[in-house]
Amino acid sequence: MKYALFLGCTIPARARNYELSARSVASRLGIEFIDIQDFVCCGFPMKGIDRRAAWLMGAYNLALVENKGLDVCTLCSSCTSALTEVAHSMASEEDHGDMLASLEQMGFQYTGKVKVRHIARILFEQVDREKIRKTFEKDLSGLRVAVHYGCHYFKPSEVYEGFDDPEAPYTIEELVRLTGAQVVDYPGKKRCCGGPVLPVEEKAALTVAKQKLDDIREVGADLICLVCPFCALMYDGNQKGIEAEFEESYNIPVLYLTQLLGVAMGIDRKPLGLNLNVVKTKKLLERFY
Amino acid sequence: MEKGTCNQGTQRKLVLSNERIAGLLKELLDCSEAQGISACFMCRTCSSSCPIATLEKGFDPVKLIRMCLYGLWDQLLRDPTLWLCTSCYACQERCPQGIKIADFITVLKNLAVKKGEPPPGIKAQREIITQAGRVYPLDEFDNKKRAKMGLPELPTTCTVVGRLIGAE
Repeated sequence: MKYALFLGCTIPARARNYELSARSVASRLGIEFIDIQDFVCCGFPMKGIDRRAAWLMGAYNLALVENKGLDVCTLCSSCTSALTEVAHSMASEEDHGDMLASLEQMGFQYTGKVKVRHIARILFEQVDREKIRKTFEKDLSGLRVAVHYGCHYFKPSEVYEGFDDPEAPYTIEELVRLTGAQVVDYPGKKRCCGGPVLPVEEKAALTVAKQKLDDIREVGADLICLVCPFCALMYDGNQKGIEAEFEESYNIPVLYLTQLLGVAMGIDRKPLGLNLNVVKTKKLLERFY
Repeated sequence: MEKGTCNQGTQRKLVLSNERIAGLLKELLDCSEAQGISACFMCRTCSSSCPIATLEKGFDPVKLIRMCLYGLWDQLLRDPTLWLCTSCYACQERCPQGIKIADFITVLKNLAVKKGEPPPGIKAQREIITQAGRVYPLDEFDNKKRAKMGLPELPTTCTVVGRLIGAE
């Protein structure tokens, strides 16, 4: 199984724990990642500014992948949604002639063959459950995990061809359960992390994130498991800031799905980037190391 | 939304000429994302699904749709609350009329940028992406850190995005 690995902007600069753990876990499962040096931003941060520019950036990235005859594996949910939208729109009746001509002027062609898949979706859809189980060396029974899906992992649903269910999501929880860990449900599971408004209205963004931390603390989960570096920024990177702002105390570790699976696979802390998580994970994971 | 709040903070003088407003209106209605908005019957499923509308009184997806239908273009395109939309798609997923609400708000943001009054930071973001090809440009120091972790080196410069979109 071979995919072009699309890292996007945030992960290689600010979420190397996600990149490290994704590469480690994929390698255990025999998924080969091809790095493409010429990738640029997926276009998502450009959408609010100029949709056409965003589309062009997405299509340029997909053209690079198509040229190599590969499909894309994404790690960031925002990249997933931006690239999936471009891939999906190519299959629609919309006319892209004008934009494709802009690409062609630069010597690139995109015909719409590339499939875009988030790593969690690949694990859910493409990898046999038994194969995943066989890589596990540790039983994570006893860990109470609150899963945060975020938004762009499966929305807007019209471009995701029926993957998961935005009103009753289940795919990540199913993968977490394979480790033996217990998934705990909580109110507000579907709530957005608030990240996109952080640069515009910090207090509002932190309040949205706080609501989820409150809900998760209330049900007594040991950790939050998620699949997007923006969401991680809100719950892990900004958890101390939220505690200070609202005079609260949470101390809830936040792990990427790939980190959690990596712990179950018996992979060391460093190749999972666990030392890079802001809220410390050492005590939580003590019995596995 | 409180009654009569849709003009809040927008008491400045009109700076758009009528021709410009007509141009923007046409541009908005030409976008497939905005075409369904007249089907809105104000059930407010969007408002009650929105993670921001419950916190910030000034922001409400249904308000943006109404302002658009009432032709309040000038107020709409300089409404700073446009930028409070997180694009979480909760409204769009649940709209019983199938209105692409989040995509419609993205169109409004695009028009607000064109009109020349986006919040500070938005233009800067465009510049960074256009020049560096990424939101967080990487430098040699980043690559050294990456190499130490066994991660592949990544380019520290990029001209392709500038060529792809810079001219527009």
